[in-house]
Amino acid sequence: MTDVADETTARVGVTASPATSSPQASATGRASARPVAPAPGGRRGTGSALRKRLEIAFFVAPALLLFLFFVVVPIIRAVQLSAYRWKGYGPLVDFVGLKNYVSVLNNDVFTGALQHNLIIVVASVAIQLPLGLAIALLLNRKMWGQGVLRTIIFVPYVLAEVIAGVVWFQLLQPKYGVIDAMLDAVGLSGPEQGFLGTPEYALWTVIVVLTWKYLGLAVILFLAGLQGVPEELYEASQIDGASWWQTQRKITLPLLGPTIRTWAFLSMIGSLQLFDMVWILTQGGPANATTTMATFLITEGTKRQNYGIAAAASVILFIVALVLALLYQRFILRRDIQDPTASKKKVKA
Amino acid sequence: MSAGTLAPTSATSPKSPRTRGARRRTGKYTGGNPLVYALALAVVALTVGPVLYGVLGGFRTNAQLAESPAGMPDPWVLFNYTGVLTNPNFWRYALNSTVIALLTTALVVVFGIMAAYPLARYKFKGREQLFTVFVLGLLFPATVAIIPLFILITDLGMGNTWWGVALPQAAFALPVTVVILRPFLQALPDELEEAALLDGASRIGFFWRILLPLSGPGMVTVGVLAFVGSWNAYLLPLLLLQSDMKTLPLGVADFSSEYSSDTAGVFAFTSLAMIPALVFFLAMQKRIVNGLQGAVKG
Repeated sequence: MTDVADETTARVGVTASPATSSPQASATGRASARPVAPAPGGRRGTGSALRKRLEIAFFVAPALLLFLFFVVVPIIRAVQLSAYRWKGYGPLVDFVGLKNYVSVLNNDVFTGALQHNLIIVVASVAIQLPLGLAIALLLNRKMWGQGVLRTIIFVPYVLAEVIAGVVWFQLLQPKYGVIDAMLDAVGLSGPEQGFLGTPEYALWTVIVVLTWKYLGLAVILFLAGLQGVPEELYEASQIDGASWWQTQRKITLPLLGPTIRTWAFLSMIGSLQLFDMVWILTQGGPANATTTMATFLITEGTKRQNYGIAAAASVILFIVALVLALLYQRFILRRDIQDPTASKKKVKA
Repeated sequence: MSAGTLAPTSATSPKSPRTRGARRRTGKYTGGNPLVYALALAVVALTVGPVLYGVLGGFRTNAQLAESPAGMPDPWVLFNYTGVLTNPNFWRYALNSTVIALLTTALVVVFGIMAAYPLARYKFKGREQLFTVFVLGLLFPATVAIIPLFILITDLGMGNTWWGVALPQAAFALPVTVVILRPFLQALPDELEEAALLDGASRIGFFWRILLPLSGPGMVTVGVLAFVGSWNAYLLPLLLLQSDMKTLPLGVADFSSEYSSDTAGVFAFTSLAMIPALVFFLAMQKRIVNGLQGAVKG
């Protein structure tokens, strides 16, 4: 409402100045309008600061309130809950201090879940990085159908984890699934209980499915990074007689560094939070062979109503993610942030 | 031959024919190598194979699937798909998914652009700190807060409602939205704002008439990311929604466990459930990819 009024007064002010006949007056009028505009001063003087603050509040408040109410408050609540024994009803009275944390950290299922998360973090990067790079370099060649190929490679990433999980669950069915059938055809046979039903294979099977699902993201990001490598570098290396292989190793990979490091960071955070795919494929089984921290806390919270334990597990999940993020930032991402010109200089040299 | 023109993403448009020719001779661009095509084909087969198998599986009977799991439909049957399409639950879940995704997207885009505006174009004390609050939000996955969130939403009486899912989803999508939109708004030239203010527009007027129309692409990007995120979400709906309020991912998971012996039916249900996301993706491909790349570049 007020802004409409302000606009009209401001407009009247501007149109009024040329009306004061002499061109000089008009010029001064415009000159004075300049400072007036960014900080609507004049009669509003002290009011302008207030008005600015009101505007800021008006613009930021909805997002901030939503964020506070549904993100910050629940997170604080999680920390609070983690200090109580609470079954989901009645007031929080049974204060147990750090006991929930002790019990979570002494729980073999949780430590197993933490291990699985860390294995998935390492395996995701170790598998997807070389594969993703290879496919990105492959698709970066000028070839027929390049655009279609780039679309296709990204399809699994767009599907919901649930949908991808359900399809793979069917493919991996023991005996009747197509994967067992194909193994049969070449004279091999899958494990008796199926890949997802055998504790030794289950986690690696989940990792294979995750690789299928998320490889496309790595490829698309690496391809974008490759677009940023100046064409001249390839020409120069060509003139210097470098082989294709040398060119990739000495020019492409180093210049792709920042993209790779950021991608690995995203992949790591995602792996630590893994829930959907595991829940669909194995529910954490068989014999807790594929639990993750997220499946642990959901099981404790919603199936057993151990809200205190679940909250403690979620706080630990956050701390693990935060520590890894900080370490990563400190030792790996720092290079990108600290000295963004370094790589460019190297290019020029 | 048309290889050069087939790559729309190639950032080297104003190239002279000479350099173009030179490029083709370099090792990097030896197209037409059969080995390269063979490898690319293998990658494609592995990527779409499972999806395609699911779609084709929907056209087979369970007897066919059991007899030869790797075969083609013979004969093609439609009843799996018609069965799903005449299943009122499927449409109910699709409606729930759509409404929740639209609500989430609307909240994220409107609140996100509003918050990004002062953070990008106002100078005030505490601006960077305010921005940091949102950036820190990136560090908190919904999983960490999921249990208290579940309790909070239930206490608010929004336990089994569209809004109960859309509001927290929007809240958790806000950080990435603000992080993407702020540099976008900062990149708009200052002259535009000066000119507008000189012409007597208030800052709100500037926001409404100039900034908003110009930031369309940025809003579409964050909107698409929010929509796809909501459409595919599983954990929060799993905790909050029951019976006929369920979304498609929940419906797919339910169907798969309830009728696990009806493999062909599961394939049909799953294939139909993935169509909206795929169509949306194909239509918005550039935006999604740009958004993700923008998020990575920071």
